[in-house]
Amino acid sequence: MKVQVRYFASLREALGPTEAVDVPAGSTLGGLRDALLARGGRHAEALARGRAVRCALDQTMSDESAVLRDGAEVAFFPPVTGG
Amino acid sequence: MSRVSIQTTDFDLSAEVAALRAGDAGVGAVASFVGTVRDRNDGSSVSGMELEHYPGMTERAIEAMIDEAQRRFDIRAARVVHRVGPLRPGDQIVLVAVSSAHRGQAFQACEFLMDYLKTQAPFWKKEATPAGARWVDARVADDGALARWGIQANNA
Repeated sequence: MKVQVRYFASLREALGPTEAVDVPAGSTLGGLRDALLARGGRHAEALARGRAVRCALDQTMSDESAVLRDGAEVAFFPPVTGG
Repeated sequence: MSRVSIQTTDFDLSAEVAALRAGDAGVGAVASFVGTVRDRNDGSSVSGMELEHYPGMTERAIEAMIDEAQRRFDIRAARVVHRVGPLRPGDQIVLVAVSSAHRGQAFQACEFLMDYLKTQAPFWKKEATPAGARWVDARVADDGALARWGIQANNA
């Protein structure tokens, strides 16, 4: 299945604003992060374990155990700093 | 009026408060908070900043925070305005305003909304310093501020 991945702030600068990604059915947000990490290069650096990366599923803050559905909108970003 | 505005333009506190309490004679208190851009942060001078957000999610997240404030506190109305785009030292960034019958609930709801927004609304600040542009780091203290309300932030 396909999900749309969006990046913000420093992750957007490193990886671009958005990309479509194919993932196996039943994948989680954490599984998607691992799959992107496994590409190496900029993805491995920007999404490295140990870096503070937050995520959202369909525009709601989520943790990495959240299960994806076909057509989902996923976002990865650094900790938020508004206000 | 809408409860949440994300905008590049400035806001007028007096006009916002007037609109918030217009037509509601049950209001006996309005509490407001205005956040502004400082000219220093983390030991550097700051000549300006750029605020990025996640269009759509930002509005939804803040609407949900206001719903939660309505559940927790006896308030009559709330309004949040947050600016995005380029900002200069001294500029207003954010407004939270809450009306209620009595001051206690207005003060509390205003602080609750601000604490919630700091760690759960998708905004990111990039500040211009003499050493170049840098993304602002999240503060652990902001997670602690939300924890006082019994909510775990998991942001910083």
